[in-house]
Amino acid sequence: MAHFIDRRLNGKNKSTLNRQRFIRRYKKQIKEAVSDAINKRSVTDTSSGESISIPQRDISEPVFHQGKGGDRERIHPGNDQFSTGDKIQRPPSGQGGGAGPGDASDQGEGEDDFVFSISKDEYLDLLFEDLELPNLKQSQLDKLVQMKTHRAGFCNDGMPSNLDIVRSLRGSLARRVAMSASKRRRLTEAEEELQALLNEPVPPHQKITELEAEIAELKQKIAAVPFIDNYDLRFRNYEKRPHPTSKAVMFCLMDVSGSMDQATKDMAKRFYILLYQFLTRTYKDIEVVYIRHHTQAKEVDEQEFFYSQETGGTIVSSALKLMDEIVKERYSQGDWNIYAAQASDGDNWADDSPHCTDIMTNKLLKVVRYYAYIEITTRAHQSLWREYQAIANTHDNFAMQHIRTVEDIYPIFRELFKKNRQQQGAA
Amino acid sequence: MSYKPMNDGPDWTFDLLNEYQVEIARVAEHYRLDTYPNQIEVITAEQMMDAYSSVGMPIGYSHWSFGKKFIATEQNYKRGQMGLAYEIVINSNPCIAYLMEENTLPMQALVMAHACYGHNSFFKGNYLFKAWTDASSIIDYLVFAKNYIAECEEKHGIDEVENLLDSCHALMNYGVDRYKRPQQISLYEEQKRQKEREDYLQSQVNELWRTIPVSQQEERMKKVRFPSEPQENILYFIEKNAPLLESWQREVIRIVRKISQYFYPQRQTQVMNEGWATFWHYTILNHLYDEGKVSDSFMLEFLQSHTNVVYQPPYNSKFYSGINPYALGFNMMVDIRRICENPTDEDKEWFPEFAGSNWLDTLHFAMENFKDESFISQFLSPKLIRDFKLFTIIDKQSSPHLEVGAIHNDVGYQRVRSSLSAQYNLSNNEPNIQVYDVDVRGDRSLTLRYVPQNGIPLAESKSEVLKHLYRLWGFAVRLEQVDDNGEVQVIAQCPLEEEED
Repeated sequence: MAHFIDRRLNGKNKSTLNRQRFIRRYKKQIKEAVSDAINKRSVTDTSSGESISIPQRDISEPVFHQGKGGDRERIHPGNDQFSTGDKIQRPPSGQGGGAGPGDASDQGEGEDDFVFSISKDEYLDLLFEDLELPNLKQSQLDKLVQMKTHRAGFCNDGMPSNLDIVRSLRGSLARRVAMSASKRRRLTEAEEELQALLNEPVPPHQKITELEAEIAELKQKIAAVPFIDNYDLRFRNYEKRPHPTSKAVMFCLMDVSGSMDQATKDMAKRFYILLYQFLTRTYKDIEVVYIRHHTQAKEVDEQEFFYSQETGGTIVSSALKLMDEIVKERYSQGDWNIYAAQASDGDNWADDSPHCTDIMTNKLLKVVRYYAYIEITTRAHQSLWREYQAIANTHDNFAMQHIRTVEDIYPIFRELFKKNRQQQGAA
Repeated sequence: MSYKPMNDGPDWTFDLLNEYQVEIARVAEHYRLDTYPNQIEVITAEQMMDAYSSVGMPIGYSHWSFGKKFIATEQNYKRGQMGLAYEIVINSNPCIAYLMEENTLPMQALVMAHACYGHNSFFKGNYLFKAWTDASSIIDYLVFAKNYIAECEEKHGIDEVENLLDSCHALMNYGVDRYKRPQQISLYEEQKRQKEREDYLQSQVNELWRTIPVSQQEERMKKVRFPSEPQENILYFIEKNAPLLESWQREVIRIVRKISQYFYPQRQTQVMNEGWATFWHYTILNHLYDEGKVSDSFMLEFLQSHTNVVYQPPYNSKFYSGINPYALGFNMMVDIRRICENPTDEDKEWFPEFAGSNWLDTLHFAMENFKDESFISQFLSPKLIRDFKLFTIIDKQSSPHLEVGAIHNDVGYQRVRSSLSAQYNLSNNEPNIQVYDVDVRGDRSLTLRYVPQNGIPLAESKSEVLKHLYRLWGFAVRLEQVDDNGEVQVIAQCPLEEEED
């Protein structure tokens, strides 16, 4: 007796939960591996998963078992040369040669790493865990809102264009049935009676005439029930619900003057990539605007932004001005979440720095959700840093950090977007 | 006799599978294989990996270690380091067997004969399975366990439950009764007990730890020992006696213990079980071939897989990793049949009780009444020892050399046989550790005793395991070792610091 069941269509991910448990348990180790990886990865690749390795000994499950030593006797097959009493040199390190403690291999000596892959989502989750977008919540209520039309059932009143014909006719049919039911019943009875009278040998004319009159009247009444009535009409109803907008724009501002070399730009690029990935977790559509500047600012595409070589002095305010213009022109504040990140080696023409403060405080910081400034340099800070520091002290949505080496990028990124940054800053 | 072989694939359909299944069932009945009804499930490779990682339990509770196993299996499989098993079969009623979608038709037929009639009849007939497992209720129990543990996670938090399970898993092999035989109790009784268990347990524990002195002086003179005899089932002991556990924790320990007990017969009958199943897929499919039911090409593909499965590499081969249970078991079964049908003088001398008897009776008797250890010591013939060219290697710690103890010759047969039998004795392979003493009147510390066999020490992991035991017991735990002279020495304890006795 047997029966077959085709289980192939069943969910295949029976172990998903167990897998998540595993990742949950070893989060610490996995996180370390992830943050190591962000610095090793190729710059352009942050959308694939990551391969993680954990030392085997960290995840072993201990049980009582026999250790090395003691006396044993083991059986082996395929004797081709031994006879009883032969002495055999002990194989080196108690292994191989078919001799030695055969079942001691489960001792924790194999320090191989436990290597496995995590998916892109798991990777990003781990990468950005504990981080949140600053200023997202508080502004969500008043500014992030857009109205969106949703269907909301049916109502009795509305525009002709919203008329639902099927429902209306269904209502009409029901009403007509209900209003004429008793008359139709009477009509059938009367017709039967009439037929009975007509079949009688001597038809009573009086009664027949009466009945015929009644039948005519009934038919007229039935016909008088209107085919459609205002009462029947059904209109599709719509209502507007607030809908948080999912559009964001990210401004990348970078100094490309002669003092910024390719290594510095690569560091900046990693920072931008992290920011971009992070934003994609919250917003569906993200536009990126690249603005580079030396003494003049220019909006460029990605390739040019990162790889074209420029020389010359530095006027930061030019970029800020350009950004302000672009915001006004294209990203009216209501439906766009604006983020900006600026990278620089700290050089600026000294007279320009106060000018920057002015544009920042009066224009940009009023419209952006968050403005992050990173300074990539190993030298002492210059005037721009001091000006910005003053801004950071007075504005919630402005943050600045100093990056010296590639290893700093990820920790500093975390620092910038740590949960409850504001509360801590305010306290 | 019709010489119209069945369609031999290679692609299978459910109709074809059923056709084969009917034929196999007919032949199996001819050989008196008594089985549970079969539930054959076709699954994909990925589902097979799922089944792998839950150690063959069709429904398992959630635990990270299963996730780890899944990730490791998946990784190995993807890199091509291992193939997946062709089948997994579960000792339940109906007997659930998984067929993998990728297999060809001859492979599916092999698997059905192997799992659905071989393993299945072994589960139903072998005395260990009969005594220790209840095939009809295991699925229900696993469902209960999964739900209960999920409920506990909701009530007490995932971490709490996970820690508890970790500790239980560390002691899982010590959650089985090795020597005690289970009493047969009726379902009604079992349910009644289940109901009483919770309250009763707690009250008993309270009684044990009662601090009010009964009559102090006499008590001290006597120094009552608890437990009165050493206990081998550590998890059972903890479930019943650990002072600080809550009742849900005791139930979780019980679940792990029950599952461990359920798998215990399988660990003791690996050679027999695989040998039996392999013997029957070989015999059944050959029988079908003799009847002209299966084609030549079917047989060639079948034989190729079959010979791979029963291949035993010699000790000096790079593929050697111990004795292949399929090879040993299959050859022993074939050999028993040979001894019954064509006994030589040697066989008559070694196996007077069954040489020349009905082979089918003898095989069924062997399957029903033995486990690996006793099966080998009863049925391993000198011919097979010669065929396998078995020899023993003695590894003495005190000697600088390894020594060949016995080989496949007249003087060596007995020794090779008993030594191989001992190799399959679980109690030789698992350290003998028992609950020895509880300091009931003092600091409530728990003492375990390790009795080494042949001077083999415990591996380093012992202190890690003790930490888990400490978590369960709640008070200090100590592990002692008794050496050959009867001297006792503490080899591990948790927590480490105290030196107060």
